[in-house]
Amino acid sequence: MGKYVEMVRIRFLMMLAYRTNYYTGILIYAINIAAYYFLWSAIYGGKSSMQGMSLGQMTTYVAISWLARAFYFNNLDREIAMEIRDGKVAVELIRPYSYLGMKAVQGLGEGLFRLFFLSLPGLFFVSLFLPLQFPGHAKTWLSFGLSLLFSFIIFSELNLLAGVVTFFTFRNEGLLRAKRFIIDLFSGLILPLSFYPDWAQRAMMYFPFQAISYIPSMIMTESFKGAAVRDGLLLQATWCIVLLFPIGWLWRAAKKRLVVQGG
Amino acid sequence: MFYVSVFFQYMAQYMKTKLQYRADLFVEWLSDFMAQAVNLVFLLVVFGHTTLLHGWSRDEILFIYGFFLVPYAVFGAFFNLWDFNERYIVQGEMDRVLTRPLNSLFQIVLERMELESLLGAVPGLIIMLYAGSRLSLSFHWYDVFVFILFVIGGALIYAGIFISLATISFFADARTSIMPMMYNISSYGRYPIDIYHRVIRYILTWVLPFAFVGVYPAAYFLDKKEWYSYAFFTPVVGMVCFTVSVMLWNAGVRRYRGTGS
Repeated sequence: MGKYVEMVRIRFLMMLAYRTNYYTGILIYAINIAAYYFLWSAIYGGKSSMQGMSLGQMTTYVAISWLARAFYFNNLDREIAMEIRDGKVAVELIRPYSYLGMKAVQGLGEGLFRLFFLSLPGLFFVSLFLPLQFPGHAKTWLSFGLSLLFSFIIFSELNLLAGVVTFFTFRNEGLLRAKRFIIDLFSGLILPLSFYPDWAQRAMMYFPFQAISYIPSMIMTESFKGAAVRDGLLLQATWCIVLLFPIGWLWRAAKKRLVVQGG
Repeated sequence: MFYVSVFFQYMAQYMKTKLQYRADLFVEWLSDFMAQAVNLVFLLVVFGHTTLLHGWSRDEILFIYGFFLVPYAVFGAFFNLWDFNERYIVQGEMDRVLTRPLNSLFQIVLERMELESLLGAVPGLIIMLYAGSRLSLSFHWYDVFVFILFVIGGALIYAGIFISLATISFFADARTSIMPMMYNISSYGRYPIDIYHRVIRYILTWVLPFAFVGVYPAAYFLDKKEWYSYAFFTPVVGMVCFTVSVMLWNAGVRRYRGTGS
């Protein structure tokens, strides 16, 4: 356990070393949210609410979605793919830890850095100018925190899954990119799922994507209340567990047919 | 003349390597197409709930988006500088480039060429035709040339901004994640510029002139007379942006010392 915690710390410190990214990151986050605010103001065009959300809630939704993304987003799939191509994975496999577990905690270290040093200061900066609405109940914040953790787990599990697939295909840059766009679209990052047509919403119930961004953002804007919060968290927890199975199966199969191409 | 012949030699080499991996080419095209679909779905879903965006109709906004895809495809084909820092500075490829008797930026542009990105212009043209026919826009014979001029201008703006960002690697040793973030900002130039606060409008016009890749030039074809002066400024802004970035690049190369790898 100790070595995993240590790896979180090391990743965190690695991120801290690049300070120019930090200031530009906050500024760009702020511009991003501001542009979205004006875009949504134009879309609302004076209407008081759309799909049960006010303009204030929508602005908060967007700000929170991007804040959450900074935390859950990582490039574990690419890292695994690169280590397989370079042959580094052979060395990783003989080390005394679980390779996938170590990858996941590295992602966590990065995520924690971006959350505390990039998006939270960015969010604070933006909230000085824009009418963001934050919930007053401690319970909402707690549910949001839990939900955000689930988001990270599900996103990372999908990334690990995509990374492990590289063991079988070797070249899948295109697929990894396609996966990223699907997640942006169906996770509710750019648009709350309640805006989609009914048939699309029903179809998305069968995929883990909405558990990544839509659920935490809806909890934070208090668009989900009471039972809806509980159901959302349960859905996330379920996907966290369900996704472990394909990763486990593929990983076992992959280790058996691992071909190290030099390195 | 020498540069032209080098260009065609690189091109021939490129074709050979690409045709080797046909399946990969198809998947790459598919993922490009999906990136475009994300924005398209956003527009279509939003306009399922509203009819006008600050006085601009759904088809007008679609037209702007379709137009944007064309200069963006040209940019993507020739200025693939996303991993410049990683590949050329950290891994030391820049040293190899500098030993050759050819402009360093020109070489890198050729080495990283991705001609298949030009296919991204096809959905753009289709969207423009669809939206344009629904708006029953009138076209003149010279509009084709204006279009080409605006596309080149827009591509040069993109190229200028991203070359300037790549140049940062010469001055600061930082690994930079600014590029993907800048990509997000670039997309705001596609929406009617008058919806934004004047600070953002100013930034998108004069600091990071992404509005000249989307809404301004497209406004010309949409017969929005009040934006004509901005629209015709597109090629000028493109030239200025690109020239400045090349000057920055050359200054950066003079400072370059290598990482010793």
